[in-house]
Amino acid sequence: MKTTKLLAIASTVVVAVSMMASAHAGGTLDGVKKKGFIQCGINSGVPGFSIANDKGEWSGLDVDFCKAVAAAVFGDTTKVKYTSLTAKERFTALQSGEIDLLSRNTTWTLTRDSNLGISFTGVNYYDGQGFLVNNGVKSAKELDGASVCIQAGTTTELNLSDYFRANNMKYEPITYDKVEETIKGFEEGRCDVLTSDQSQLYALRLQLKEPEKAEVLPEVISKEPLGPSVRQGDEDWFKIVRWTLFAMVEAEELGLTSANIDEKKSSADPSVKRFVGAEEGVGGQGLKLGNEWAYNIVKQVGNYGESFERNVGSGSPLKIERGLNALWSKGGLQYAAPIR
Amino acid sequence: MAIITEKALPSLPPPAHTVGFKAWAKQNLFATPTNSVITVLMVLFILWALIPVVQWAFIDADWAGTKRTDCTSGGACWAFTLVRFNQFIYGFYPEAEQWRVNVAALILAVGLGLLMYKKTPAKAYIGLFMVIIYPVIAFILLRGGFFDLPVVETSKWGGLTLTLVLSIVGIVASLPLGILLALGRRSELPIIRSLCIAFIELWRGVPLITVLFMASVMLPLFLPEGTSFDKLLRALIGITLFEAAYLAEVVRSGLQAIPKGQYEAGKALGLSYWQSTGLVILPQALKLVIPGIVNTFISLFKDTSLVMIIGLFDLLNIVQIAAADPIWLGSQVEGFVFAAIVYWMFCFGMSRYSQYLERQLNTGHKR
Repeated sequence: MKTTKLLAIASTVVVAVSMMASAHAGGTLDGVKKKGFIQCGINSGVPGFSIANDKGEWSGLDVDFCKAVAAAVFGDTTKVKYTSLTAKERFTALQSGEIDLLSRNTTWTLTRDSNLGISFTGVNYYDGQGFLVNNGVKSAKELDGASVCIQAGTTTELNLSDYFRANNMKYEPITYDKVEETIKGFEEGRCDVLTSDQSQLYALRLQLKEPEKAEVLPEVISKEPLGPSVRQGDEDWFKIVRWTLFAMVEAEELGLTSANIDEKKSSADPSVKRFVGAEEGVGGQGLKLGNEWAYNIVKQVGNYGESFERNVGSGSPLKIERGLNALWSKGGLQYAAPIR
Repeated sequence: MAIITEKALPSLPPPAHTVGFKAWAKQNLFATPTNSVITVLMVLFILWALIPVVQWAFIDADWAGTKRTDCTSGGACWAFTLVRFNQFIYGFYPEAEQWRVNVAALILAVGLGLLMYKKTPAKAYIGLFMVIIYPVIAFILLRGGFFDLPVVETSKWGGLTLTLVLSIVGIVASLPLGILLALGRRSELPIIRSLCIAFIELWRGVPLITVLFMASVMLPLFLPEGTSFDKLLRALIGITLFEAAYLAEVVRSGLQAIPKGQYEAGKALGLSYWQSTGLVILPQALKLVIPGIVNTFISLFKDTSLVMIIGLFDLLNIVQIAAADPIWLGSQVEGFVFAAIVYWMFCFGMSRYSQYLERQLNTGHKR
């Protein structure tokens, strides 16, 4: 998304102020333990990432992450309160201490990590710009001369032009102000291709009258690593959040799921023993957490793969392929430092 | 002189061709050939426009279902609005506590009803109750934390409830402030006058969206960490100050319409400034600007939907979020139609009441 100059100036002021503020503040972990819950900043509505059902219960990949941190800290996923934030508010809310954790499909970039007084803790979803086409097209390389529906004024527009120029192809952009309009345009045949972030393309595809007649191409033309972030300058809290994500990925690698972790708890496998906190010396002390922090995450929320499939993958209407988000051992990018 | 009859003859009914629907239609719709052509064309146009709407909204509509794919008839999917209805009204307010919202709304409805009904006795007491005691009751009911009522944080408030909270608080708090600002702007005391002018021009000079944005994004950074005060409260203060500036100008236009003689008459009677303002000037001035005040209220009611940009779930925002649910994707139209009907009902109600009020108070300026 485009950042205006004014916002840049404002955020510089903001950082200066917030750094002064956070210098006096006590640790986030102490604060969280004292109030008894984690205040987690989420998106107010993105299918699969954070969405409320008709009872007002939140679910999604980003929401699961909030719950996982609560499981690690309290051993109880209900000890989370959600603050839904707009794109503009999200960083301020974190800087000002209104929330403890930002888990709101936010792209990790240098500017954000270095200028805003926040720290990204990892990547819980590798997103990237892709193409939605009608069945028959097999590769983005076949798109020479195509008309492309696109949302105006976003970085997607720039990425698209870069990609077509780099591949020496021509295209005709058809721009719309809102995402919902782009999919209408695509459905009415105003364009041959729709481009946006892949996670969004899957959700848009569902809005078509016949979703099975369109598909998302495998090509990804930009990097959008989405991840949770915390306030800069609080190492303890930063590590808890980072290792929560690692624990979810590591659990998948070890084959631990919410269903089988109780059974495997007593297994002799040393890496599993370390994970569930049964081995001396590798528990949660270093993170200032209980020994069963990782066990609680998997028991109550599930491993990364479970959360993925349930919210955006085969268990959800979105049916997103694992792709880049598969484990490193299965050709993806999800890789966790070992818990030992 | 001969008297022909001693009784007045009973008056005859009007000629048959001047009464009834036929005569009315002839006079109004088919008076000339051109009129007839226009009438026929307009009827055709209305049918052309209306039939697809009726077809979509009623004939082809689906009323039952638990997900979008259950709606198979191709028309409106009202199942969506029915399933989400509770959420549209109460937002994320816990289901077990929703009776509290209902009770607060009921007291409000009864109170307003009594105040609007002409023959209610002891109106002044009811008015005082509604302005002074009711807000406390409503706050205790909605927020909780007293008398064993569990606390429901404002972040859970939403839907029509939140829209009404925002607009009612905005209306009730901004009117007195607006009147004071208007009086201040016409004051002869230079400091008060300049302060009021500065306040009004500052708030009128910025868009509401900026005010809300500043309240939500910038303000927390200048407060010490940990003292995050409620997001809804910040929005309410922003909306109130913003609307007060607009109302001040509306009220000032009424003050300026009062002839100078009225002011002088007040002074000649030995009334103090507040006496003459309260007893002579304001009653006349406010009566004059009822349309302007209600106009501001109606626009305030609709402007509350801007709180979307600070992540509050008012009626419109909650409809959009509900439509983003994967199992209901593609239901925006039904949701927006529902929201539009609700907004229209409230705005139209306000507009009709203001017209009624004008007629009631129209004691001096017959037009």
